[in-house]
Amino acid sequence: MSKRSVADLKIGERATIQSFENQVMSLKLLEMGCLPGAEVCLCGKAPLGDPICLDVSGYCLALRKSEAATIFVD
Amino acid sequence: MSSPVIALVGNPNAGKSSLFNQLTGLRQKTGNFPGVTVDKKFGTWSIDSQTVATVVDLPGVYSIYPKSLDEQLVTDILANPDHADYPDVAIVVVDASNLHRNLLLFTQVADLRVPVILALNMLDVAHKQAKEVNAVKLAMRLGVPVVRINARTGEGLDTLKKAVTSQIEEPTLPGKLFFDPADEAPDLIGDTKQQYGLDNNYLALQYLIQHDGFTFLNRQQQIGLDAIIDKHQFNEQTFQAGETITRYKRIAAIVAETMTNQRPIGQPTWSQKLDRVLLHPIWGYAIFGFILLLIFQAIFAWAQPFMDAIDTGVAWLNGQLKESMPAGPLTDLLTDGVLAGVGGILVFIPQIAFLFLLVSLLEESGYMSRVMVIMDRIMRKFGLNGRSVVPLISGVACAVPAIMATRSIGTRRDRLITILVTPLMSCSARLPIYTILIALVVPSQRVLGLFNLQGLALMGLYLLGLASALLAAYILKLFLRTKERSFFIMELPTFKLPRWNHVGLTVWESVRSFVWEAGRVILAISIILWVLASYGPGDAMEQAEARVRQQNPTLATDQLQNQIASERLEASYAGVFGHVIEPTIRPLGYDWKIGIALLSSFAAREVFVGTMATIYSIGNGADDEGVTVRERLLQERNPNTGGPMYTPALAWSLLIFYVFAMMCMSTLAATKRETKSWKWPGIQLLYMMSLAYLAAFATYQFLK
Repeated sequence: MSKRSVADLKIGERATIQSFENQVMSLKLLEMGCLPGAEVCLCGKAPLGDPICLDVSGYCLALRKSEAATIFVD
Repeated sequence: MSSPVIALVGNPNAGKSSLFNQLTGLRQKTGNFPGVTVDKKFGTWSIDSQTVATVVDLPGVYSIYPKSLDEQLVTDILANPDHADYPDVAIVVVDASNLHRNLLLFTQVADLRVPVILALNMLDVAHKQAKEVNAVKLAMRLGVPVVRINARTGEGLDTLKKAVTSQIEEPTLPGKLFFDPADEAPDLIGDTKQQYGLDNNYLALQYLIQHDGFTFLNRQQQIGLDAIIDKHQFNEQTFQAGETITRYKRIAAIVAETMTNQRPIGQPTWSQKLDRVLLHPIWGYAIFGFILLLIFQAIFAWAQPFMDAIDTGVAWLNGQLKESMPAGPLTDLLTDGVLAGVGGILVFIPQIAFLFLLVSLLEESGYMSRVMVIMDRIMRKFGLNGRSVVPLISGVACAVPAIMATRSIGTRRDRLITILVTPLMSCSARLPIYTILIALVVPSQRVLGLFNLQGLALMGLYLLGLASALLAAYILKLFLRTKERSFFIMELPTFKLPRWNHVGLTVWESVRSFVWEAGRVILAISIILWVLASYGPGDAMEQAEARVRQQNPTLATDQLQNQIASERLEASYAGVFGHVIEPTIRPLGYDWKIGIALLSSFAAREVFVGTMATIYSIGNGADDEGVTVRERLLQERNPNTGGPMYTPALAWSLLIFYVFAMMCMSTLAATKRETKSWKWPGIQLLYMMSLAYLAAFATYQFLK
């Protein structure tokens, strides 16, 4: 079974960040507070299901589904 | 008298711009063009009778590692003590409701050893979320002055003043770096410091990681850094990731000690509840569409009474001047030349003010970021990015600041495509042309009891501009291939009530620059045009007058005067130019008079209406005091058919032409500056002009 990523979360679902797939993308995400061990919650989706909105580190972060797919969760 | 430099640094939405406005008031320079914060902004702040500081407002960033061009500016200044804007003190504005993420940037700036002050803002928002920050403890843990402020109300500015003064007199720096790269790679940092004469470990790390972007390093210095990286087999990305993680770990420890958070986990804030509606699959788009419709209704319907008042005022003044001043060339120049041209522009102040008022309300409230989110998926299909929405919407005001706003788009290709298509969005300079031509051929009726038909026609033109921009982007996407990965990672700020002083400032700036920047060009061109239209080669004009008198000995005085005036205009220099280009524009339905207006508006399309006003008031010899431009155009007859000159076919052909035509030197100059090559403005000019000609041709031939 392939690893689960943030893109697989359902609305309202929580998860803890494990690792990143892509180093360049991870630099941007880390700075925005997406740290390994941090809890995230999928709080919403744009009308076409993409981009998605994450509740992370106490604020709302919007990112594309393809970017969310690089964040692995447990 | 001393004049220190103070830089404002902070995350986007932390309240930096509010603080800037509180400190500098109206004593600020935003450059020539209104719109979004893209360039650095300057202002002055009197700290005491001895000290007037220069305050520099830097673009909002999340870290000192830039992800787009506008963010580059921050690092360029803070990592280079020789920079003209290098601050004596940096005020880092921190959003207390999001302390973790805001402190990341703060610790990086402090580690560059710039004397800093932490301005703790938005404590009221934090309080509502049941978070309390202990500023005294925070100051002790960080080792820098911490000041509690409220940038919206101006609370705490006196304390901030005192902190700035003492930081200038005797800077307090934290005892040690929050993150010392020498802990991890002592040899690497040691080598760099020695070779480049640096004494700060963290600055040395920035040299290593960011040297390609540092404009203050010369080629040889950059190559030298590459050599050091090779020698130590330094992996920048891994190191940077490690730095961010270490910093956040230390920040978490500091926050745990200085902040209490009693917000129950999982309880949605009211911003999140609002987002459920605004990002809803159906309601999201419906609300966005409704807001756009409202904007166009406002521009047409609400601005109308103000416009009528200005229009009548100018016509009245013109009549008064003609009556009270002695007849002669000077009076004619003043009334037919200057007043006709400038009056044609003043009329549009209400519409421009409404447009900027509504666009700045969207930005202020935080709704614009939601628009980016709901549009990203659609924009991506066209080779654009959710972030392209801001340039495209600002393009409705003016393409120049809009093109500058593309600097926030991190991907090169997305940015280039946005720059190339933004001028297709109908800018405020097209508004006068649209208004006057729509009023000529579209009846002012209500449909469905709610919408004004003219307002709908106007919206249609704007939508046509948008559709063509998207189509052009799609075609460009096919030609511009790239391996670079496009990304869209963005904070959704909480909704806020608009700050009315910001909105007022934006509206004032836009009206001022429209009247002043555009007005000067229009004034100059009006005068030149009046001269060209009042004098002709040799005695051609006198001959034309004599010919009319000879051929029509029985005509009534009024008609004779009109006939003479129009023949004289045709024989003038302007008439000659108009006739030269007439063959090329005849297929679009235009005559030589419109040709003159097209030529004169080539550099700036807002000149068009002023030119029309000048041409038609010179071309009318009889007493016509108190007649507005619109009435003059309505009276104009087609010499071939005898019917009205401005038929729907002609008016729509002109409207379509101006939707597409690239008639703005400032925009081409902005494209040149932002793309750093003549190739892209060239392509822009060529494709937009061809599109305009072909579309206008098709429109005229179809409606004729």
